[in-house]
Formats: sequence, structure tokens, C-alpha cells
Amino acid sequence: MPFALLRYGLGSSRTPRRELPATPELKPAYDVVIIGAGGHGLAAAYYLAREHGVTDIAVIDKGYLGGGNTARNTAIIRANYLTPEGVRFYGESLELFRGLSNEFGFNIMYSERGHLTLAHTDAAMRTARWRAEVNKHLGVNSEAVGRDEVKRLCPLLNLSDEARLPVLGALYHPPGAIARHDAVAWGYAIGAARRGVEIHQNTTVTGISMKGGKVAGVKTDRGEIACGSVLQAVAGSSTLIADMAGFRLPIRTVPLQACVSQPLKPILDPIVVSGSLHVYISQSGRGELVMGGSSDPYSLYATRSTLEFTESLTADLLELFPFLSTVKVMRQWAGMTDMTPDFSPVMGKTPVENLYIDAGWGTWGFKATPVCGKRMAETIATGKAPDILEPFRLSRFDDLSQVGERGAASVGH
Amino acid sequence: MKIMDCPLNGPRNISEFACRGEVKAMPDPDKCSDAEWADFLFMETNAAGVVREWWIHLPSSYWFIAERNTVTNEVVKTYPPDELFKRPPRPRPAT
Repeated sequence: MPFALLRYGLGSSRTPRRELPATPELKPAYDVVIIGAGGHGLAAAYYLAREHGVTDIAVIDKGYLGGGNTARNTAIIRANYLTPEGVRFYGESLELFRGLSNEFGFNIMYSERGHLTLAHTDAAMRTARWRAEVNKHLGVNSEAVGRDEVKRLCPLLNLSDEARLPVLGALYHPPGAIARHDAVAWGYAIGAARRGVEIHQNTTVTGISMKGGKVAGVKTDRGEIACGSVLQAVAGSSTLIADMAGFRLPIRTVPLQACVSQPLKPILDPIVVSGSLHVYISQSGRGELVMGGSSDPYSLYATRSTLEFTESLTADLLELFPFLSTVKVMRQWAGMTDMTPDFSPVMGKTPVENLYIDAGWGTWGFKATPVCGKRMAETIATGKAPDILEPFRLSRFDDLSQVGERGAASVGH
Repeated sequence: MKIMDCPLNGPRNISEFACRGEVKAMPDPDKCSDAEWADFLFMETNAAGVVREWWIHLPSSYWFIAERNTVTNEVVKTYPPDELFKRPPRPRPAT
């Protein structure tokens, strides 16, 4: 192996390798059309092709591959949720993520860092112990820790008693990790394309055609396609697609902003979250501090970012790491998140037969990319949602069976 | 800063307000079906365009209606709730 590498390094010819085929012409029909070429849509295509032998698939996106929320999240992977349904689901995703670079033959820069959810109140410590117990019960590694352990894990954290909201302890989740979010989309895209899936970028869906309550096809600005099944996986635009098919969703589209600092030498090992202080932070492999906070205060179909966001985020951040006051914010951006009332996703069937939905991912979608792809593929291939997805059915709102994950899914409540 | 024109307090920084969601027609809770009630509670129109929402000015606890374009981020108009909900006058005890 090392000699092969040496030969390659000393050689002079490098043939460029095209990993993704150019967008082909649209065929008149496909077995499955997936609307949305983000991480979730591409993962679904990948698992449909790899595990179920379904390859006659078109993945359609109005923009470029992975250019939506897949490009805009802060790339945190964890399974330390509150409900058994949530923990089981995100736990499966974590396990899938661990093996993904090997499976792709493509480096997604998966880096296990440990995840600390800081508790600043007795109520927060109680929730930390609750989450730890549920996690452990389902085989996910988490524990409630005190200040000494927090100091050991994150020496630079401000643990002063004179802070506005002193740190009492934390929920520590050792498997918490970060990865390169774009690479996850590319890995799934390349794997799907190799198996015959077509990816159609810059193609806008303009309508969904139906026949007798069943989906019959998809209309695009490049032509119409007949198809057996459709999966919509378009995050913040979910309502717009659902409107085309005539059903309602419990979703509000709200921007979530994030920012990165200038690159710094390594100072922060774990991912740190503070619910009370509306901020979460990690340090990327490039040395940038990746920072996020609460969702925007009102809904908007736009990805504009604001000064108010960076001001309030950094004010809270400096409570935790005061020495960061001289560091510069380098870049900020936003995604359009599809928020649900219970902070859990909407997955599975819709009132329209053969139209499937993967939505309601709000501010918690990146970590679920592999399990979503795998289980939605299973749903589409078998025509039935597996047990692990049942709690997230759209109809749960009709029978008031919400899966409440607000505390575990988000910050700033 | 983004300005919201409060019908009571005039133009203020939008950070002084909270958006409390779309104005929805509430079905009669005593007469509607469970499905209608669940639809009212949870389903959202979530339109890309001009929407009509409840807003509250937090320092003064004043509730009002705002019509806002969710694509262009423009606040089209704001007005007191009475303009939308014509309530009959409250019966007063005889003095």
C-alpha cells in the first residue's frame, strides 16, 4: 500500500475523475421521483438503490445539489434526546454516521468530540438526568455530570460563580460528533449516481399530477414526468409542495442563522450547548468556531441574516468564553427551517397515495440524514412505514400524540 | 434595525414585539369535531406571500394584527384587532 502511494505521488499523470454525471435529459417516466436533492433526498435515493434494488429514480432540485439546509447547518451529530422514540431514532442515525466514510470510500471528516449540554438551573440538571437515563436505557451513551467533570472536559469554559447564570453541571454525551455536511450530501449523491440514480439540478417542480387520489406524476420547468411514487424532502419549502398535492402540514418556515469565527488554533474539544444562554458552539477542523443560537423570531421564506442575531448570540457566548471578545466573526448565513409544534419530524405517508413526506426537520435535521434516508427508502420500497417511523406520522397531530422534543432538539426556549 | 409600526405605540424596533402566529378562524370548541379542532390547533397555512398574524408589543402587552409578506420581509400594514373582529359591546349592569 505505501509503495502504491509513493508511485502515485512520483508519477506525473493525473486523470481527472468525474464523480457526478452531468444532468441528463428528463425521461418521460421514473419509478420514483424525489423532490429535493439535499442530504435527506439523496440518502433516500442511495438506500433505495443499494438496499432495495430500486434504481429508476430521479432526484430533482430547483437549486444546486445540497444547497439548502444541508449546506447551512452547524453539522452536529448526536442522539441525546428526551423521548424513547427520539432516542431510538437518532441513536440509529449515529451508528450509521460512524461507518459512513468507510461505506462511501469518501471522507466526510467525521470527528467524535463529545457533546456537553450545560445546565444552569436545577430544572435543567433534572432534565439532564432524565435524558441520561432514557439514553442509557436505549443503549445511547450519555450521563449527567457535575462542574468538576465539565471543567475537565472543557477547561476554558467560564465556571465562575459570578456569571449571570452559573454552570451547575451538564448532560455529557461522549459520542457527539461533527462532520463535513457538504461531504455527506456528496457521498450519498456519488453512491446513488453510481447505482444509476439520476440527479437533476436547477430543475423546478411546478406541480404534482394526481389520478384518483394517487400521485401520477410531477410537472417541472423542464418537462413532465410520470411516476409511481414521489418523496418530498424539501425542508423549508415543504408547504409549497404539499399545497401542490392539496394537503396541509403543521409546519412554519422560520429562518435559523449561524456564523463562524476567523480560524483559531485548537481551543475547544467538545461541542458545547447552553439552552439557557441560547448558544451552541464547536470548533471545526479548519479552526473556525461554528456558532448558532435560537431560531428567528418570525417566519420568513428567505435566508437573509441579521445583526440582531450575531449581537445576541455573541453576548451569550461571551458569558461562557469571555476571552473570545477579540475574535472576529468571519461569515454568517441562514437556512429556512420547517418547524413543527412538537420539534419532531413528519415522516411517512401523506393523505395522497404514493406521495411520501420527509419534513418537519426544523433545526434538528442534519444528524438524522442517514436514518431518514434508510427508513424512508424502506417506506417507499415496501409501501409501509417501519415501526421506528410510526411515532413521526403526519396523522399524530389528529390524535394528539405529539413527540415532544423541544428541550432536546433546540436551544432558546 | 427593522421597524414595526405598532397601532398603539407607533414605530418601534421589531425586537420589542413577538409574533404569535397566523390569524386562524377558531371553530366552536363545543360543536366542532376532534379533527376540526386538531386542524385548528396544529395545521398552518404557512404561505409564501402576504400573511395575517397576531403580534404583541411586549413592553405594553398590546395585541394587534400585522399583514406581512413572508417572502420580501415587508410589513404591509398593522391595525388594531377590532378592525378584524367586530365584537358586540359588552352588556353592562344597570346602575
